[in-house]
Amino acid sequence: MSGGERRGKRYSAPSHDAGDWRPTAPLESLKRRAELVDRLRRFFAERGVLEVETPVLGAAAATDLHLASFSTTLSTAPPRTLWLQTSPELHMKRLLAAGSGPIWQLCKAFRDGEAGRRHNPEFTMLEWYRPGWDHHQLMDEVEALLRATLPQLAGAPAAEKLAYREAFLRHAGIDPFVDDGATLCWRAAELGTVGSPDWPREEWLHLLLARVVEPKLGRGHVTFLHDFPAAEAALARLRDDDPPVAERFEAFVEGVELANGYHELADPHEQERRFAADLAARHERGLPEVPADERLLAALTHGFPDCAGVALGFDRLVMLALGAASIDEVIAFPIDRA
Amino acid sequence: MTTINTNQFRPGVKIIVEGDPCNIIENEFVKPGKGQAFNRVKYRNLLTGRVNEKNIRSGDTFEAADVVDTDMQYLYKDASGWHFMDPASYEQYMVSEAGMGDAQKWLKEEDVCSVTLYNGQPISVTPPNFVNLKVADTDPGLRGDTSSGGSKAATMETGAVVRVPLFINVGETLKVDTRTGEYVSRAKE
Repeated sequence: MSGGERRGKRYSAPSHDAGDWRPTAPLESLKRRAELVDRLRRFFAERGVLEVETPVLGAAAATDLHLASFSTTLSTAPPRTLWLQTSPELHMKRLLAAGSGPIWQLCKAFRDGEAGRRHNPEFTMLEWYRPGWDHHQLMDEVEALLRATLPQLAGAPAAEKLAYREAFLRHAGIDPFVDDGATLCWRAAELGTVGSPDWPREEWLHLLLARVVEPKLGRGHVTFLHDFPAAEAALARLRDDDPPVAERFEAFVEGVELANGYHELADPHEQERRFAADLAARHERGLPEVPADERLLAALTHGFPDCAGVALGFDRLVMLALGAASIDEVIAFPIDRA
Repeated sequence: MTTINTNQFRPGVKIIVEGDPCNIIENEFVKPGKGQAFNRVKYRNLLTGRVNEKNIRSGDTFEAADVVDTDMQYLYKDASGWHFMDPASYEQYMVSEAGMGDAQKWLKEEDVCSVTLYNGQPISVTPPNFVNLKVADTDPGLRGDTSSGGSKAATMETGAVVRVPLFINVGETLKVDTRTGEYVSRAKE
């Protein structure tokens, strides 16, 4: 029974309806947010990167096991299911294949089930691509962008580039390429992180990364975590080291994961294999079936430039710039008030 | 059996963990850049009162704890515990110190609050969101200071200590939000 019913004398409506029409972010924070958007526009204009807009609704969805897409219906005959993007990656890569050159955009992205202090199911993403660059050149540009927007980086030493394996060894005492699931479970418990012993090894790595390693990164400078295990490649190229690693990076400031970038996979056959592997794994786990992007495969087949790309959570950038503890302090209406 | 998904986790949601009914106190969503999302959940075992924390894979489901919240009137406290009556059935229930938790510092006799029954047994008590309580003790009020931002501690008639504005005096009745423990306003009555 709700509080409102219990004290009907004072309330005519449940308390969650009362008074929450207001924005959760102070108006001053929304002004600062708008200033940061201006700064991004100048940053990319000075560097000759073209601002683009691509559809939020698409016929294809992200196949990543850990991304849940929203869908909606287009009222044609027969009706078509369209998917809200989890990032603008699919469409932006088609622009790159068409010869756009360097491009950026600031757009809404949607991920079902992701709500918390640093997550809102609808959020704002900054994404950009650099043809002819590899992920190391792009890391340098991400650092320049963070220095141009985050006051706490004034006078900070150069960014730290830390390989995934080294980060786990240094901050969790674990070798992520060698240690088995039982060892990870035991070590996590020792570090005060309790999960379930029956989880597969890769989920322990995800938990240890999120709970133990990430909070230690980006302290006093930007940290780039790079050279992820091949299983964590997502849409990055693999490099034939021993063991092979994915040319993927993540950027951290003050323990907050801000950006994820790739030396982009350009091989249509490898892309098709990864789509198929994702779809098979989704099926096996009983996750919703989603259509993979046939048009992206066609674009890659047509020819895709050697290129690096990165997605950066703009709301988190604003949080860091303003010293906000919660995403609700930097967006006008989070999902519970939308 | 009702199941509850991690997406429905909120403070106050009651689930079965390892066989016992538990009340979620805190729920934090964490996700590495790519990969499995987790909910770090802090929960109180409603039978033992113990607080635990664990990481749960987002999307996992739990059995909802079969607990019923019933409005009851608080009657009195004695050596055996805190006594409540269901005004609909006139049935009386006794709640232990552990079951009372924070509620004991907000309740006056005859107040109506929500008593949680698990398999028919009272296990916890939730006070109304707002209660009106008299100030039992506080530093003398500052006359004329009705707007400045300062605050001071005040002990209420039930023993709760609340930060109140400087102009509040002993004997005044105040409206207090029991969820945050914060002063809301002077009570009108």
